[in-house]
Amino acid sequence: MLNLTPEDWIAVQLSLRIAAVATLVSLPFGIAMAYVLARKDFWGKSLLDAIVHLPLVLPPVVTGYLLLITFGRRAPVGAFLADNFGIVFSFRWTGAALACGVMAFPLMVRAIRLSIEAIDRRLEDAASTLGANRFWLFITITLPLALPGIIAGMMLAFARALGEFGATITFVSNIPGETQTISAAIYTLTQVPGGDSAALQLVVVAVIISIAALMASEFFARRAGARLHGV
Amino acid sequence: MLVVEVEKKLGDFTLNALFASEGGATVLFGPSGAGKTSIINMIAGLMRPDRGRILLDDVVLFDRDARVNMPVWQRRVGYVFQEGRLFPHMSIKRNLDYGRWMGGHPADPAAFGHAVDLLDIGHLLDRRPGKLSGGERQRVAVGRALLMRPRLLLLDEPLASLDAGRKNEILPYLERLRDEAKVPMIYVSHDAAEVSRIASRVVRVEGGKVTATGGVELLDA
Repeated sequence: MLNLTPEDWIAVQLSLRIAAVATLVSLPFGIAMAYVLARKDFWGKSLLDAIVHLPLVLPPVVTGYLLLITFGRRAPVGAFLADNFGIVFSFRWTGAALACGVMAFPLMVRAIRLSIEAIDRRLEDAASTLGANRFWLFITITLPLALPGIIAGMMLAFARALGEFGATITFVSNIPGETQTISAAIYTLTQVPGGDSAALQLVVVAVIISIAALMASEFFARRAGARLHGV
Repeated sequence: MLVVEVEKKLGDFTLNALFASEGGATVLFGPSGAGKTSIINMIAGLMRPDRGRILLDDVVLFDRDARVNMPVWQRRVGYVFQEGRLFPHMSIKRNLDYGRWMGGHPADPAAFGHAVDLLDIGHLLDRRPGKLSGGERQRVAVGRALLMRPRLLLLDEPLASLDAGRKNEILPYLERLRDEAKVPMIYVSHDAAEVSRIASRVVRVEGGKVTATGGVELLDA
């Protein structure tokens, strides 16, 4: 059975923490971006749409490199955040979360956007005749009706973040206990002689986590869907 | 007192509505496609007129010349849609309570109980809209619009999606609404038999114009 070393456990915990933080922190931005793309028309919208989708089509190493020259300790944005807010990304687990969040963002936005576009706008008209201003309309009608898409988007983002390798290793390297996720740990083990059996242990853990995440999202999506159909 | 003097171009169709209503139930009567729903959408604020004005009591809802266009959510005009449009993710009780909640009014169990009794929907409160029959859904939609304490109630063919039996089931509730709730109503319909029981005044709409205003005798013509 499983016989994980303490280092393996740290990699597992780190992966879960990075994926969870990446998903939760990017969620408000994902919802806002999905809403803007679904509902607003403005000059440059197709450009914005393309930029959001960029991490999906760029090689992950390129995304990681772009993060490095933007959010690195001496890079313009990275230095500003470090000096003014004490937020440091380079070679920290927070940087891994940033890389995962960026890589997962297009998938999250896409799922949420589709569910917002599917909302019956006539329900929103009804709510505004009942006295709901734009803020409360969003909170009480739009957001709950988009919930299945939000859950799907979170689950896709979480899965993408768990599997993220290229951008993370390029941006924050592969430091055990700080930025070494399951994927990076498996990669490292396969590079040393006799590491195969240890790698297999982590592979089993990765499969278990992925199946659990899938089942959980299926469960929540089903519950949310039933609510939406008014039963 | 509602005063409507609006003009709106919709494709190659021009809507030009001029009428006033002094409480009771005013029926906008005319064939499908005459522009009746567009008129009440402009009263509700869901559609913006090209020119003209809409006054409700001493409140200006819309006045092109004075650049007034009150947002929908501030108008306090209740709207019962043809298809009910109940919120599927809320219980019937929360649907009924929505307007009071959004208006920031304290809970008023007496008013709530009165509306529920008037429309006979007490047994539905804990259910969700998906499980309701068409007639039940429309009664809840009427209750929801009523409980927001509207200055005016708009009903857009609220019985159109129901069969004859269901219509007769709901009509008495609408009559009670007119006589007891004392909220002025604008009722859109193309069915003379349906509205003859409700109407205190009739505005006939044909081809985007108001062609006659008067009493129920207009329904026979």
